[in-house]
Amino acid sequence: MLVHLRRSLVMAVICMVVFGFVYAFAGTGVAQLFFKGQADGSITANGSTLIGQNWSSPKWFHGRPDDTGPYAANPKDNVSGGDNPLVANGVSGESGATNLGPRSKVLLADTKELVAYWHKLGVDPTIDLVTTSGSGYDPDISQLDAVVQIPMVAKATGISPSRLRALISKETHGPELGFLGSSYIDVLQLNEAVAKLG
Amino acid sequence: MGFFLTLVLLVVTLGFTWRYLGSYMAAVFDGRVHFLGFVERPVYRLLGTNPEQEQTWKRYAGAMVIFSAVSILFTYVILRIQGSLPLNPQHVGNVGSALSFNTASSFVTNTNWQNYGGETTMSYFSQIGALTVQQFVSPAVGIAAAMVIVRGFSRRNSKTIGNFWIDITRCLFYIMLPIAFLFGIVFVAQGAVETLAGTATIHDVLNQVTQTLARGPIGFMETIKQLGTNGGGFLNTNSATTFENPTGLTNFLSMWLILSIPVALTYTFGKMVGSIRHGVALLSVMVILFGVWVGFTSFAEHQNNPAVAAAGIHSTVGNMEGKEVRFGDTSTALFGISSTSTSTGSADAAYDSFTPIGGMGLLTGMMLGEVSPGGTGTGLYTLLLYAIIAVFIGGLMIGRTPEYLGKKIQAREVKLAGLGALVMPIAVLILTAIAVALAVGRAGPLNAGPHGFSEILYGLTSQGNNNGSAFGGLTGNTPFYNIIGAIDMLIGRFGIMIPVLALGGALAEKNVVPESLGTFRTDNGMFVGLTIGVILIIGGLTFFPALSLGPILEQLSHARFF
Repeated sequence: MLVHLRRSLVMAVICMVVFGFVYAFAGTGVAQLFFKGQADGSITANGSTLIGQNWSSPKWFHGRPDDTGPYAANPKDNVSGGDNPLVANGVSGESGATNLGPRSKVLLADTKELVAYWHKLGVDPTIDLVTTSGSGYDPDISQLDAVVQIPMVAKATGISPSRLRALISKETHGPELGFLGSSYIDVLQLNEAVAKLG
Repeated sequence: MGFFLTLVLLVVTLGFTWRYLGSYMAAVFDGRVHFLGFVERPVYRLLGTNPEQEQTWKRYAGAMVIFSAVSILFTYVILRIQGSLPLNPQHVGNVGSALSFNTASSFVTNTNWQNYGGETTMSYFSQIGALTVQQFVSPAVGIAAAMVIVRGFSRRNSKTIGNFWIDITRCLFYIMLPIAFLFGIVFVAQGAVETLAGTATIHDVLNQVTQTLARGPIGFMETIKQLGTNGGGFLNTNSATTFENPTGLTNFLSMWLILSIPVALTYTFGKMVGSIRHGVALLSVMVILFGVWVGFTSFAEHQNNPAVAAAGIHSTVGNMEGKEVRFGDTSTALFGISSTSTSTGSADAAYDSFTPIGGMGLLTGMMLGEVSPGGTGTGLYTLLLYAIIAVFIGGLMIGRTPEYLGKKIQAREVKLAGLGALVMPIAVLILTAIAVALAVGRAGPLNAGPHGFSEILYGLTSQGNNNGSAFGGLTGNTPFYNIIGAIDMLIGRFGIMIPVLALGGALAEKNVVPESLGTFRTDNGMFVGLTIGVILIIGGLTFFPALSLGPILEQLSHARFF
């Protein structure tokens, strides 16, 4: 019994040192040395390419309505920072999904509101554009999600739809290794390309 | 097509893993691997033990329970005083006592149920020095327990079944540490964050948006979180976030890491008991159940979300509510089943927003006791409990002596296996009944109607099976759910593990009966079918009434919203 206790205490300390601090510090060291850009959060001039933002002006392609997307559609939900991943979704200040079930009245009402929001902008929305993501700040949309927004962006910027369509094809990333996951467009990168055109 | 290729790649890579990681692990636990002897020996010296010092199952269990209790205490204390500890760039305060108790129990039992959001609750010190540590240690303890039952079959007339300290040390240094570190580098290269610099603030001049991004030592925690079938992420929404799981490739590697050790342990088992065919039989049980569950869950997630469809949007890309664009519907379902058919519980989507049948796939993956392929170690030993029950039932049906690998299965073994198989359903159902009966319990769910019940059932099933995934709508950070959940997790861990160790001890003492014509074969298709039958009957009969009040009712209530 006492032997067990002594060994347990010794082992707990060894584990904390080796598998906690040595592991994490060595990992951080390697990461910062060889992959600094990624390890710091893939931060570019206009934000992280991995974190969705709120693109509310019709001049830009919008991301998914993650409270970091066009939350203007749901102003009542926007009780906190909105675009701020640390204070997203108005719950307790973390990354977060709606967690609404598939037969939820709230989800039905929210989706209807989002559909109306898109129609007002002259966009016939796809499923990604009226549903929220798992993280609450999905940085990506699908190719189709971008294509349906072309009329809105073309009207607001004056860039011709065919040039926008070419831009969308150029900005589409295929799935990893050609088949892992889905193809996607990073909304920030797409809008940076739009800014260059405009 | 892409999904089909993903499945093919997963099967092929896991096939190699099964063969080579499996035999490597057998060599590690037999003490034939020594390349880290220079770290191994000082650890044994500090512990005051050595590989020749063998333990009886009772001493082994004693060491395991006391070590787990000490681990809970360490974790609890760190969380309670994190505000005064270093490595706290966001200046988060101490964690409350009920939440600390729940979290400490959660990480030590390999559950990783999280009633908190990591980025706003935990300091880097806690994430590194308390939570990551347990993500290494708790799977090692699970594998050690599995080794005891394996040795029960491989040894004859033996009073001892190994040495707990040696087993976990070897597992930690030779298996967990190298794999986790290697893949940590890959994850960071793909875009996972790994920094101690605290949050970053960015400003986008194009749309005038300012954001504060939560960061931290995430990437390397991510790999041990998956490899150890832990599942507790650094950030609140776990593997759905780009900082934890940036690409389709890391999503695939996460699934591989989750499944690798549980699958490979069947080879280790076969090798150590001297019959690879028996390992293949257990693997077949896992693969068949896993395949069926992936099949209907990914089909369900490829359908429309009823609420979104009712709002007039019909999808060609499945139910995207709560899912990420870069993963898509079917790969997310595959991840979900990988995570809930093991004791992992990590999530690359909001499971709460799965379709009723998709959500039931996740829920029943856990309810079958997590054997397809189950957690690190826990999957193998739980499946062996079912195999023993199957041998017993098969023997009764045809009047042959129940034997498994030459060991007579007698009253004591069947009682221990039955106890181990029934502890979890009893704990889960009784605690769910209590939660539903009390107002504090009913206050938990976010959703109304049958989905609300599913949230409670899911939460207690997840904790009772040491899974840790959640229907995230359940508000778990209340004293009631923190304490009932901790009880659930401790019963689900030790209520099964201690009978398993006793079973290992009882089996090791037995001699081997020579195989004869009267022996019931336990390495053929018939036995695989019988074992699957036992798993489905035990899981199905005990949980069917509860399931019919939750996901089944939800699926059947056409055109009704709650």
